[in-house]
Amino acid sequence: MKSMSKHILKVSNLSIGYTSKSEVKTIASNLNIELKAGNLVCLLGENGIGKSTLLRTLTKVQPTLNGEIVIDSTKLETYSYANLAKIVSLVLTERLPDSSLTVFELVALGRQPYTNWIGYLTTEDLQIIELAFEKTSTKHLMNSKCYELSDGQLQKVLIARALAQNTPIIVLDEPTAHLDLHHTINTFSLLKNLATDFQKTIIVSTHEVNLALQLADELWLMTPSKFISGKTSKLIKDNDIGHLFDSDLISYDKALNQFTIKHNSKN
Amino acid sequence: MVSLTKSYRNTFILLLISLLIISFINISLGSVSIPFKQLLLSLINGDVAKESWRTIVLDYRLPKAITAIIVGSGLSISGLLMQTLFRNPLAGPYVLGISSGASLGVAILILGASFLGASITSYAFTNFGLAIAASIGSFMVLSAVMIAAIKVRNTMSILIIGLMFGSLTAAIISVLAYFSSASQLQQYLFWSFGSLGNLSWNEIIALISLFSIGILLVVFIIKPLNSLLIGENYAKSMGVNVKLTRSITLISTSLLTGVITAFSGPIAFIGLAVPHLTKLLFNTSDHKILLPAVAISGSIIMLICDSIAQLPTSDYTLPINAITSLLGAPIIIWLLVRKRKIYY
Repeated sequence: MKSMSKHILKVSNLSIGYTSKSEVKTIASNLNIELKAGNLVCLLGENGIGKSTLLRTLTKVQPTLNGEIVIDSTKLETYSYANLAKIVSLVLTERLPDSSLTVFELVALGRQPYTNWIGYLTTEDLQIIELAFEKTSTKHLMNSKCYELSDGQLQKVLIARALAQNTPIIVLDEPTAHLDLHHTINTFSLLKNLATDFQKTIIVSTHEVNLALQLADELWLMTPSKFISGKTSKLIKDNDIGHLFDSDLISYDKALNQFTIKHNSKN
Repeated sequence: MVSLTKSYRNTFILLLISLLIISFINISLGSVSIPFKQLLLSLINGDVAKESWRTIVLDYRLPKAITAIIVGSGLSISGLLMQTLFRNPLAGPYVLGISSGASLGVAILILGASFLGASITSYAFTNFGLAIAASIGSFMVLSAVMIAAIKVRNTMSILIIGLMFGSLTAAIISVLAYFSSASQLQQYLFWSFGSLGNLSWNEIIALISLFSIGILLVVFIIKPLNSLLIGENYAKSMGVNVKLTRSITLISTSLLTGVITAFSGPIAFIGLAVPHLTKLLFNTSDHKILLPAVAISGSIIMLICDSIAQLPTSDYTLPINAITSLLGAPIIIWLLVRKRKIYY
């Protein structure tokens, strides 16, 4: 196990955005993050503020504009994609293509960074797949086709696939976007368990602000003016949470630890 | 312990036995009826009652059966690769205009001969010349469709673009045909009916060699192809070199389709229908299982089509392309009606 004092992720002075032929479009700049292993991090921010861009940059899907990302003591740009696949696994928000893949085949794909040239699964691979099924309690779905699953089941299975990839970091992009409250809470408590019990570093972008306030160890807040990262309790204490939405309709209620609809009569 | 994916050995054995049986049936059919014992004797080089029977079996029927096996398996593998790469159950060498590309190559060679120098055409009219022209044509159309596919993510649009390329090549071919002589036209027309016969052993060896190169390339991308089943972004996140995988898929598909189309003419529906039928039978998406399975099923179906085309007990041979369409189109319709949606 990694030493607890070391940072699994360190981001300094990062600018993210897109470069096209003629111009550079900066989406956010001056991002600083220090993250230790075994934390559940929720990335919060309005629609279109750049959450996905940040996650894509952190996972080397797109290049940084400026600054430095260090994952597990190694600079991100020095990782080969094959090596990065052993450090970071993804759960994406995009729909799976309509293949006739079974759940077992899907989860087993998570072993690809480790298997030989033809993808032969060793006993060790099968044990890790088994464990991934157990942690997500999805073993009974093993022989189902992926297209037969409900959204809630599919999300768990996708998390199982990421677990089979056996990486210290798992990045999830809005995993609960299509789920009802029950399955949303289910997913978040699963993620919380993975962080606490298995020392996984879980980075989730989400719109479930109230759940994030209750469950996340750390929050990354993306606001139009700045990026704030830190322990959830500290961000609450410093009243940084209140800056999340620039709106007359929503306010953060410190007593309830929740965002509520602003009543015009008060304040 | 999770069990390994279930064993497919029995299904494979069953398929291989069927392949062997249908191969014998295919070889035994033809305008000249040859007793079964004499057929076997010709194959093992024994004492045959009539020397002409041996010639018919060894120099005509056996090469044709081998061609059918290569054409059937090659086109089916191409279809499977296209369906995975384009993430579209309707993709296939014929639908995406790749066969049309091969046709264009051949059409330019045969019909455009009047524009080319005579010295080139003399060599070009051999089957090898046709093979090169067809491969170039299919590769060009496939690359064009692929470039469009990178820009246009919507799979329905990609299919329509493929159809448009098909129309474009058809239009160019009609223009060429308009300016061609009757004999050139006839030559092209016969090529486009499709035919598995008429290949000499030398040509079959060439076909097998190029086919083997195409298959060898595919073997190395079995693992990345599996990861592409859940999308390019996931594949990348698992360390797969998507660009390289895509290029290898394109090269091997155009090689297989191009060479096969060159030697046998454009053959429809095998590439589209066989992968779906095989997936029904094997119930898996794993390319490790599917590639050999699709190859064997494709061979069987091609041999069946060829046996039907023989019009048993008659002297006529129907164009093979018509038979595959007559058989393939209803299969696709049946699949869609039965399952309402087909998954690739």
